[in-house]
Amino acid sequence: MGNIVLEQVEKSFGHVKVIHPLDLEITEGEFVVFVGPSGCGKSTLLRLIAGLEDITGGAIRINGGDATDVPPAKRGLAMVFQSYALYPHMSVRKNIAFPLRMAGLDKIEQDERVEQAAAVLNLTDYLERRPAALSGGQRQRVAIGRAIVREPAAFLFDEPLSNLDAALRVGMRLEISELHERLKTTMIYVTHDQVEAMTMADKIVVLQAGRIEQVGSPLELYRSPRNRFVAGFIGSPKMNFLENDEASKRGAYAVGIRPEHIMASSTEGAWSGKVGVSEHLGSDTFFHVHIDGQQAPVTVRAGGDVDLHHGDAIFLTPDEERIHKFDAEGQRLA
Amino acid sequence: MARAISTRRKVAFTALAWAVGFLIFFPIYWTILTSFKTEAQAISDPPLFFFFDWTLENYAVVQERSNYMRFLWNSVIVAGGSTVLGILIAIPAAWSMAFVPSKATKDILLWMLSTKMLPAVGVLYPISILFIQAGLLDTRIGLILVLMLINLPIIVWMLYTYFKEIPGEILEAARMDGAGLREEIFFVLTPMAIPGIASTVLLNFILAWNEAFWTLNLTAASAAPLTAFIASYSSPEGLFFAKLSAASTMAIAPILILGWFSQKQLVRGLTFGAVK
Repeated sequence: MGNIVLEQVEKSFGHVKVIHPLDLEITEGEFVVFVGPSGCGKSTLLRLIAGLEDITGGAIRINGGDATDVPPAKRGLAMVFQSYALYPHMSVRKNIAFPLRMAGLDKIEQDERVEQAAAVLNLTDYLERRPAALSGGQRQRVAIGRAIVREPAAFLFDEPLSNLDAALRVGMRLEISELHERLKTTMIYVTHDQVEAMTMADKIVVLQAGRIEQVGSPLELYRSPRNRFVAGFIGSPKMNFLENDEASKRGAYAVGIRPEHIMASSTEGAWSGKVGVSEHLGSDTFFHVHIDGQQAPVTVRAGGDVDLHHGDAIFLTPDEERIHKFDAEGQRLA
Repeated sequence: MARAISTRRKVAFTALAWAVGFLIFFPIYWTILTSFKTEAQAISDPPLFFFFDWTLENYAVVQERSNYMRFLWNSVIVAGGSTVLGILIAIPAAWSMAFVPSKATKDILLWMLSTKMLPAVGVLYPISILFIQAGLLDTRIGLILVLMLINLPIIVWMLYTYFKEIPGEILEAARMDGAGLREEIFFVLTPMAIPGIASTVLLNFILAWNEAFWTLNLTAASAAPLTAFIASYSSPEGLFFAKLSAASTMAIAPILILGWFSQKQLVRGLTFGAVK
């Protein structure tokens, strides 16, 4: 069971409102990612669900019961922190067993479940070590072990991968996704990395300045972002926005087109311009193109073999079907 | 580029450090030395530094005249009791100030410290009356209470600064893992803060051991600790420096030995490498 409902939940620190009243429903077994720029309130929202911060308005329901005034220890949730927050004076075994010990399980059952969790996370050889003697990835696994061992209603992850190096991050991302497939437990995952959000989530919640901008599956957000903020935040590289002639011609204040929906050619196309920077990644090439009559450069994704460089003339043709239109307030036009 | 500290400067600083060290140590050295002299040699001019008739007579006389063990036992109970009681009260207090501070926390801390700025004699009269009325005069429990109270601000301050260095996320993790407040403080915070708590305990024990104002004013015989034992040798019948020194040496020896063996614990830092 892991059904979490937020009803008009809000949070202020003093006079500063960090979370504006919002509603959200997280259903059993879902992998939900809170994503947004730093300071958008995503970690605060997670901490409100965890009970580590008190809400200043609204209600939180976990599995149907009102959890608003329930202390974190009694909410039945497990959390993995960005800093891992392992107990430095305890061995890995004792770290993982701690929630079981707090739940009053007997020693034999504690050991059994710790061994199981350690086997799942490849930690069996490290059980007697202290956290200080582990690498970053191993510490992260211990933190996850401590979370899974007591079979919580839901897992809360607060930017768990941001202290790992890039290669390890991709590996751990897959491990967490696999863990979710296996356990089928509700997971709420906070990140500022939209790639993590896109690859892991069943449902993404995009936040900005304490407000939910949009909730949906990764592809829903990618295909039909509700406003310019979501359009710009989801997708990498970012969506290009064009105003003035190109927009008014299509009956909008601004239009957006993703780099992968523009065709690049060295001979002909709808827009002409000059290559500013070209980034050759091998599989793909990204051109940052200065188009005549547009201030900001337009980013285009082309094949890895397109051989154009700084200063070369380039012609671009957008896929008209995939142009997003926005009004002056940044809202999507149908 | 390597730091350019010349050998000459190193030598100068080392010499200076030794000189300061010796200056601080000298009174203790002199006391110990004097305790092995005869009364005549103890006040001889010029002073005798090493070549005199070494004697244990003073110790014998002191032991004969007063019951050292009884004073020692009182000191141990009073210093130990006030320290344990103080720590038990200060840990939760410092926890709340370090991890759930309110707007008033800083003010409360300063206010607590300000009580240390009041001359103790200023409250001698009210405290004496309270002690008389409560029947606490010349009792160990009375001394334990008053020493605990006068040192409590320092214990809370020290623990507060140690606790501040412990990442709050670890305590939050404990809360998420199902620990209540009691478990959080006893199973997570306290073991992590052991080095800090140890040095606080040690310092407080030393302060309580050496405290002379209250221990002299609130005791007569049955609860008198070693401070009273020393004081009894600076008597109206005249100063007996050698015997006074012997009594002092006996009084400070336990705390000196304790300090020597716990040097490491005193300087050990709080960093464990838990986070990141």
